[in-house]
Amino acid sequence: MEAIDKTRVQELLDELAGTPLYIHLETTNGAYASHVNESFFSAGAFIRNVKLTFLHGKIAGAGPYRIGFETELGWLYGEGLTDFEVDKEGRYLFAGHDADGRLAIALELSREPFTK
Amino acid sequence: MEESHVLVVFPHPDDEAFGVAGTIMKHTDNGTPVTYVCLTLGEMGRNMGRPVMATRESLPLIRREELDEACRLLGITDLRRFGMRDKTVEFADQDALADRIGDVINELKPSLVITFYPGYAVHPDHDATGACVIEAVRRMNPEDRPTIHAIAFANGSEEAIGEADVVRDVRDYSDRKMEVIAAHASQTAGLMEQIKNRVEKLDDTLAEQLSNERFWTYTIEDK
Repeated sequence: MEAIDKTRVQELLDELAGTPLYIHLETTNGAYASHVNESFFSAGAFIRNVKLTFLHGKIAGAGPYRIGFETELGWLYGEGLTDFEVDKEGRYLFAGHDADGRLAIALELSREPFTK
Repeated sequence: MEESHVLVVFPHPDDEAFGVAGTIMKHTDNGTPVTYVCLTLGEMGRNMGRPVMATRESLPLIRREELDEACRLLGITDLRRFGMRDKTVEFADQDALADRIGDVINELKPSLVITFYPGYAVHPDHDATGACVIEAVRRMNPEDRPTIHAIAFANGSEEAIGEADVVRDVRDYSDRKMEVIAAHASQTAGLMEQIKNRVEKLDDTLAEQLSNERFWTYTIEDK
């Protein structure tokens, strides 16, 4: 992955508007967060292969970045995004890595369903 | 520790590296066959290598290769991947999973099964895996049941379930065990860096795991 280039990402989001896409969205503290520190309140969420079409998408912030999408009926956004890649399968992969390179958030878009 | 066949059941590639690699190598060095059932490819891992070498989508492919290499180092020739998704094991059909594990036990007739101690293994996948293994064994005729060695490492485990009754000295295997841990580089590279630099103190848990592997013999009480 590469560090997010805000201008380039905005161009890609503009191109994707109106296209039916499969979404992967996850946030995680890691399964051991509360084991290592018992006072840590661990929370996370994961959803994969939900299909939606957004009206428009926008990248915001000065890095780490936020990306949000408005759909006809609602919204989707992610915060803490640092890195980006269009992979060999043409999927749009955004990720937020902490200082040690651990994944804290993933937001991914694909025209085809992701593997289960 | 003479066994006819050992079955190891864990949810994530690298679970075998920390808790049981020394024990597995003792068995395989002895010529005892060891089968490893690994439920997932650890596709939800939070570590992505140092430097970052994986995306969420490429991680399972990388971890699959790392698992193959770890099995080669461990002398395991029978690896069975169950194709489940990391962090979903507790939400999957538990009856069906116990059935699948039961099928492997009935096929191999292991004398010993190693898994996690349900309720005391920290990660929900660990607890669910251990529970399904125990359920699979519970369903067998009592005289046919293999011994179960379970791994517990939740804080307060010893207060709740007592001390481990099997403590295996694996100091002779600590170098080879480090190689197995290193083979899972996408998850353990940060840890290896820490050990090599010795800047920070070697984590107590890891130091202990390199010297001793601890198991609780699980007694099944029929419902």
